[in-house]
Amino acid sequence: MELELRGITKRFPGVVANDDVNLTIRSGEVLALVGENGAGKSTLMNILYGLYHADEGQIYVDGEPVTFESPGDAIAAGIGMVHQHFMLVPVFTVAENVVLGVEPTGPLGRLDRAKAHDQVEEISAQYGLHLDPEALIEQLPVGIQQRVEILKVLFRDAKIVVFDEPTAVLTPQEIEEFFKIVESLKASGRGIVFITHKLTEALRIADRISVLRRGQTVGEADPAEIDEVALAEMMVGRPVQLVVDKEPAQPRDATLQVRDLHVVDPTGRTLVDHVDFTVHAGEIVGVAGVQGNGQTELVEALTGLREILGGSVQVDGVDLTDSSPREVHQAAVAHIPEDRQRSGLVGAFTVAENMVLTRYHDDQFSDGIRMDWDTARSTATTLVEQYDVRTPSIATPAGTLSGGNQQKVIVARELSRDLRLVIASQPTRGVDVGSIEYIHAQVVLARDAGAAVLVVSTELDEVMALADRVLVMYRGRIVADLARDETTHNEVGLYMAGAKQQEPA
Amino acid sequence: MNQPATLTDAYLDLAGSVTRTPDQVKRSRNLGIAYFVLAVVTLFVFARGDGGTSTFGLGGDSTFGVPSIPLAWICAVSFAALGGVQISRGTGRWQSALIAAAALLFVFTLMAWAAAGKQFSLTGTLHDALKASTPLVFGALGGIMCERSGIINIAIEGLLLAGAFTSAVVGSVVNIWVGILAAMVVSGLLALMLAWLAIRFHVDQVIVGFAINFFVLGVTSFIDSRVLTRNPEYNGTGTISQWKVPGLHRLPIVGPILFEQTFYVYVALGLVAFIAWALFKTKWGLQTRAVGEHPTAAGTLGIDVLRRRYINVTLAGAISGFGGSWWTADVGRFNENITNGRGFIALAVVLVGRHHPVGALMAALVFGFADALALKFSFLNTGIPSEFLELAPFLVTLVVVASVGRGARVPAALGQPYEEQ
Repeated sequence: MELELRGITKRFPGVVANDDVNLTIRSGEVLALVGENGAGKSTLMNILYGLYHADEGQIYVDGEPVTFESPGDAIAAGIGMVHQHFMLVPVFTVAENVVLGVEPTGPLGRLDRAKAHDQVEEISAQYGLHLDPEALIEQLPVGIQQRVEILKVLFRDAKIVVFDEPTAVLTPQEIEEFFKIVESLKASGRGIVFITHKLTEALRIADRISVLRRGQTVGEADPAEIDEVALAEMMVGRPVQLVVDKEPAQPRDATLQVRDLHVVDPTGRTLVDHVDFTVHAGEIVGVAGVQGNGQTELVEALTGLREILGGSVQVDGVDLTDSSPREVHQAAVAHIPEDRQRSGLVGAFTVAENMVLTRYHDDQFSDGIRMDWDTARSTATTLVEQYDVRTPSIATPAGTLSGGNQQKVIVARELSRDLRLVIASQPTRGVDVGSIEYIHAQVVLARDAGAAVLVVSTELDEVMALADRVLVMYRGRIVADLARDETTHNEVGLYMAGAKQQEPA
Repeated sequence: MNQPATLTDAYLDLAGSVTRTPDQVKRSRNLGIAYFVLAVVTLFVFARGDGGTSTFGLGGDSTFGVPSIPLAWICAVSFAALGGVQISRGTGRWQSALIAAAALLFVFTLMAWAAAGKQFSLTGTLHDALKASTPLVFGALGGIMCERSGIINIAIEGLLLAGAFTSAVVGSVVNIWVGILAAMVVSGLLALMLAWLAIRFHVDQVIVGFAINFFVLGVTSFIDSRVLTRNPEYNGTGTISQWKVPGLHRLPIVGPILFEQTFYVYVALGLVAFIAWALFKTKWGLQTRAVGEHPTAAGTLGIDVLRRRYINVTLAGAISGFGGSWWTADVGRFNENITNGRGFIALAVVLVGRHHPVGALMAALVFGFADALALKFSFLNTGIPSEFLELAPFLVTLVVVASVGRGARVPAALGQPYEEQ
């Protein structure tokens, strides 16, 4: 089977997401589609999958023009998609999710569960997916959930399988497993589209690489002939610094001291399991871990956003256990939250208003009950300039900025003062390469200015690039405390997967 | 975990081996206080006065007697003990079972108090409870059908009322059976309007629901006062009488409760079983639940999410319309606001029943029982003001929803509009 996208153009209000894109996918090969966040990769694939309709251009299957009105049409044409955000019903079993829409039925539309079970088991065994058809999705780790997504695609007998950022939620070892599955799909004669922004992975698995930049296909590359630096330059459009530029850390006194921290959810389930660690002034400590192993809750507990059941949090000797977020802020702690739209910014507020969100009540910005907007605006103007926030004006609603610029607003607000501690959670998630470089440099700057820095990220590359010391969280516990220079991606990956644990000191 | 000091401790450790959060400790304490309050109420209300033997009828000539004062003492002492354990240790996984047992004991004590020195037909009250719960079951099944596919259904009251009105008017002009059919059509169309506004225009589903409730109340009340009162020939269908199931109605106790009812009860029970089966055992059910839990997952598999929602909401309306005709069949005519808030209780039934047909049936029986008990008490000269008795079902709703509704899990995508790209 050969699938061709010819001259695809898709416009959204204000942006051209795809601009005359051409792409060919053949059976038995792996095509990597690389590009930055916002380059239009996902839009293109959603058009291919019938979720969006192209404004211009045509899709051809084996030379015949086809139109996909809905995902149903795409599925019927032999296209399957594993979405970045899994399309699984959490309260259903594996088998229920797999057969949804193509259920084997008996009389009166009765579900033939036994048949569904057998079919799912058969395909699972055939491709070595090791899935229990009766397991509930919500009880499965993300790596396994992804296999369920793959099984869904195979169940519908897709000839072309599209993976949208499939490795984002996996540990290095799970990524290896995933690549094996991709190889076996390829061997079975299927065509694979692998969408990613991780260039090493594209180089590793792809037969061909197509690069998308600002909605346009800017070129194709042969992985055998191109290296990461050249590929990054192709993707971004200018030379890129791939490693974070920093001096060796000069750790001083202990700043953040977390002792026996215990956090539970409302039902009493432990989320952060008696955690102990210290972050010193002048060092960056990275917390690695697969999403959902308690990192989010750890950060929320440290920043006053979540109730602490037991243990203590101290910053430079000041007890901050169960403090309010404002008390934490006033103790010279900066917080870059993991979800900028939910807890970092008020999208409908202007850039200027967001810049003073944590400080509007200071004497500097208010006079009794009256806000001093002149000062706030002049401060915002300075910060926008200083932190290179690309915004039409400081009166622009923050929610309309690009992800990278929204993140820079937060970085500017949080880091533009004397700090004892910086807590940065997923500081560069969904941000363009230029902004990543910039934000990383700012974090290093904060360290060099003498702050203690805690960086939490599910992107292992980010932790390894920034951190001087690496902690690994697994099921709510810190299972490893490693010096960055003495460890490897592989070793950290084993800890992340729970395959290895350090003995408590 | 520490070594348990006594056998009781060991047992309680077993009961509550999960870490209790401060929140759980607080809730456990509040529940304990509630037990104490009930103990005091029992002591000062039910254990006082002359008391006497309450004679409970079990259908036919069989009866059994209970001395009301000693029973009240037993009740008060058990509640006090329960409250003590609840506050000091919590009752862990036995908590729900103990609440249910305590509620049963309390209700029994209450009945014995009301019937002290008199006759109280237990089977009769349970028969009436089942009868009163029937429209709640239909309303709730409508709610479940709708909400399982992701659309909030606040409009149950309006759909029931529209059904009652339509069946009465059409039933008077043609006959009751055509009236019932018309009720299903009209409420189905109203529900379709709810679906259309919610799906097509993304109007807030709670607001549309309320709009439908007030719209139906206004229109039916207006027509009732302007047309029906002057033209009684449009408002008088006659009632549908009970149908004794041959053979089965002779069964002791169960017979008079279950098998001497109108066909509504039999349809309700059948429909509960059928919808429970359909939701969890058929292709339709799987897709409906998928659409309510994760519509994009269903959509990316080629399921037509919006179509499924339109169909389910319309069917839900038809079921509610059928439920509305229960009033007409029961009373034989339409009165202004005849449903009198039962649609809102049905809403509580959906929640307390965890969006499961069988759970809803159970919850509806509790509320129906409150209704029947209130009616019974008004005949027993208990001294409780009749206004308070009318209030009782709603009071029970409040208490039950506040205590049970808390942990209720609703379909994940409930109330969220689905955007087809």
